[in-house]
Amino acid sequence: MKQRITKILPRAVLASLFLLNMETMYAQSADEDKSDDPVAYGLAIAVETEKRDTGFGDFTAELTMILKNRHGETSERYIRSRTLEVIGDGDKTLSIFDKPRDVKGTAFLSFSHKEGADDQWLYLPALKRVKKISSNNKSGPFMGSEFAFEDLSSQEVEKYTYRYVGDDVLDGINCFMLERDPVDPKSGYTVQIVWIDKEEYIPRKIDFYDRKSSLLKTLTFSNYKQYLDKYWRASEMNMINHQTGKSTRLEWREFKFATGLTDRDFDKNSLKRAR
Amino acid sequence: MFYPFKWYAILAITVFPSYLTAGEISGNISVETRLFPQSALSEVQGGNNLSLAFQPEYYLEWSGGYQSFTFVPYYRIDQADDKRTHFDLRELQWQYIARRWEFRAGYRRVFWGVIETYHLVDVINQTDLVENIDFEDKLGQPMLNLAIINDWGTIDLFLLLGFRERTFAGEEGRLRFPLRIDTKKALYESGDEEKHIDFAVRYEHSLSIWDIGISHFIGTNREPSFQLGFDENNSLRFTDAGDPILVPFYDQINQTSLDLQGTAESGLLFKLEALTRKGIPDRFFAVSGGLEYTFYGIKDSNTDMGILLEYHYDDRDSAATTPFQDDLFIGTRIALNDVQSTDLLVGAIIDINTGGSALVLESTRRIGESWKLEVQIRGFVNANESDPIYGFRKDDMLQIELFKYF
Repeated sequence: MKQRITKILPRAVLASLFLLNMETMYAQSADEDKSDDPVAYGLAIAVETEKRDTGFGDFTAELTMILKNRHGETSERYIRSRTLEVIGDGDKTLSIFDKPRDVKGTAFLSFSHKEGADDQWLYLPALKRVKKISSNNKSGPFMGSEFAFEDLSSQEVEKYTYRYVGDDVLDGINCFMLERDPVDPKSGYTVQIVWIDKEEYIPRKIDFYDRKSSLLKTLTFSNYKQYLDKYWRASEMNMINHQTGKSTRLEWREFKFATGLTDRDFDKNSLKRAR
Repeated sequence: MFYPFKWYAILAITVFPSYLTAGEISGNISVETRLFPQSALSEVQGGNNLSLAFQPEYYLEWSGGYQSFTFVPYYRIDQADDKRTHFDLRELQWQYIARRWEFRAGYRRVFWGVIETYHLVDVINQTDLVENIDFEDKLGQPMLNLAIINDWGTIDLFLLLGFRERTFAGEEGRLRFPLRIDTKKALYESGDEEKHIDFAVRYEHSLSIWDIGISHFIGTNREPSFQLGFDENNSLRFTDAGDPILVPFYDQINQTSLDLQGTAESGLLFKLEALTRKGIPDRFFAVSGGLEYTFYGIKDSNTDMGILLEYHYDDRDSAATTPFQDDLFIGTRIALNDVQSTDLLVGAIIDINTGGSALVLESTRRIGESWKLEVQIRGFVNANESDPIYGFRKDDMLQIELFKYF
């Protein structure tokens, strides 16, 4: 019920923020009493975070996922991904699986949307088949890892409602603490606490609370690097599941920005020939 | 008429050698055992069986990935069935990708459709039925293919250079038809026989929740009918046991088809495939419809459970050349979403007229980083004489296949 109400609220707030000059507004309010309107202030931080990552155009990257169970045994996945920024809507992403070997050549195409269900297609190389799949599987594990699909999908401002809950210092970095509630009732989380770097407006840490409101997972971002003198990407993301003792580490490399990708690199034909 | 092999010989000689060392090699090798608890209908058929398959893949790309070459040969060696011991060129293709079009030449596999249990409109490739009776395995088809990419959808043009005959289990094999099929004496409506050049065109588009495909095919039917075999003296041929020998007959067809999937926001998938085909003896209509819904995270676990319901209709009724003329499939697909990607499909295809049912269980699980185990169980119940599964009634089977990927 709570989610239904908050679904409408932030849109009105967001609209008013765009009418005002948002940048000056948050700068002023940052020095004023923050507890005044923690919802508006939380949203302003989220909008600024998104704004600072807007305009990258496209990028490609390579990813190793290291899955670790509670006995310390590991399993690896290699994935290559391409992302195309879509102004006014969610991004387009194409992921190609290289390892484990039995899923080599499998490819996943996702058009995320600010509103409504995302569009997702899966290419199965053994059958040469492209399959449109339901995007309802938000909370399910991605490739057996501790990352859910929703943790890895494009993080649009509209996908959450926000509340500023305080300041904190993480490893010497000053952070805002933001509570965000997923708008989608199919989300596996009631709430997330995000630590956002005050200087660069990038996430440093996220605590995920499950449907019973117990702490489920913690994600930490480290080894941030800046590309095109503007866009920050973490080279390492570590997700720990507090309830199972399992963890998954993502190691990103070969970030390349402005590679000239177009819509044509994110259609069903490109999915079929993705290598 | 030219034979497709010559064309590829030129390609092979001019393009291939200079890149021989640069590409990427992957693939798999597998060992399969089939266990049959019942003895076969015929004494000549084998019992429990061992089989080995090898499918390497060579891939090379150049001009920044806009051109590429793929080579996928396939070989299976089978203990009992010399027809199942076979080689195929699954892929031997060159592709060129441009901004508004894509061109491909060579042996390829192309999939059309949305339904899970039977692929009604999937007409480009011949079924490699000797591999498995589930119609999922396809032979490589030599072709030229031009895809034209538009904002309003993709147009695919296919020139299919020559015809591949359907493979059937041999006399010593299990899961075969009761009568012997002599594929060497296959008959064709066209005087060009297996050298006939076929043509296909397809329109494909995704629009909001809909994924639609409309296709037309002109050429040699992929589904044979069967005729009694005659020898040089025009007398009927018989096996040593005194049964008549059948030969496949491939007619020329003109087929228009539709495939459509709706992916509702609720998560429900609607699937439809339909075709109308003019051939010998007459025009007919066939349709398959399906629903799929998945429950994610059952009881707060990572397990997903999907429910599948599909129906197949063919207005030729008992004269249909497919086993699905009035059949219902009910099944469930379970994915554990664990590190080993364990999944399980259980279901039954039920012939509504006869009650004859084919039961199926398929399960796969990764072992370590590069192995996969696949288990299949097939059972045939209430198979009466008019049923296509009648010949399989003693062929209930447990199949275990272990794949090593490299």
